[in-house]
Amino acid sequence: MQVQVLLFGIVADLIGKETLNFAIENNDTVKNLKTALRTKYPQLKNYSTYAVAVNEHYAQDDFVLKDRDVVAIIPPVSGG
Amino acid sequence: MKNISIKLTSDTLSLQECYAFVEDPACGGIDVFVGTVRNHTAKKTVNQLDFSAYGPMALKEMEKIARQALETYEVHKIAIHHAEGILKTGDIPVIIAVSAAHRAAAFEACKFAIDSLKETVPIWKKEYFEDGEVWVNAHP
Repeated sequence: MQVQVLLFGIVADLIGKETLNFAIENNDTVKNLKTALRTKYPQLKNYSTYAVAVNEHYAQDDFVLKDRDVVAIIPPVSGG
Repeated sequence: MKNISIKLTSDTLSLQECYAFVEDPACGGIDVFVGTVRNHTAKKTVNQLDFSAYGPMALKEMEKIARQALETYEVHKIAIHHAEGILKTGDIPVIIAVSAAHRAAAFEACKFAIDSLKETVPIWKKEYFEDGEVWVNAHP
């Protein structure tokens, strides 16, 4: 199973990419994905103040991911 | 939805367009908030801002705010328009227009809409100074 991860703002700068494909396991949650991202990209170690959206809706840590979900990493917004 | 106008665009925002959309003979007032690019942050001179968005989700969140405003306040129509891309001092990144039979509801709904937009809509701005650049709010 795999999800597409979209990166924005400072997180895109920190990782140096705007999209990633990330392998997930059955029943993996948003929280599992956050942990996996931090392991793969140590530059995120000190950066945890972001929200997550799954398929264009904000999702909490316990949200269970499915194959081909589109997960967006949303650093603090600053529109307006 | 016929009472809601949502826009995210790299074109220049139009105050006239927002005004014309919310104008309604049943309304006694129109409240308009216009965000403008400020030339400084703290004591540093800002040369330009670059707005980027998670487009499809930003539109959904803006629409959600508009629906909530119509449900919560006695208002008739609402327009929420936001710009993307490079903006210079004095340019307009956001316009919110609300029409209502009575002014109190229009003021309240307009404040609700801009406050909510700044909290939930996935849009980010980068400030460019003489000596560098920074993502606004990135380190709260």
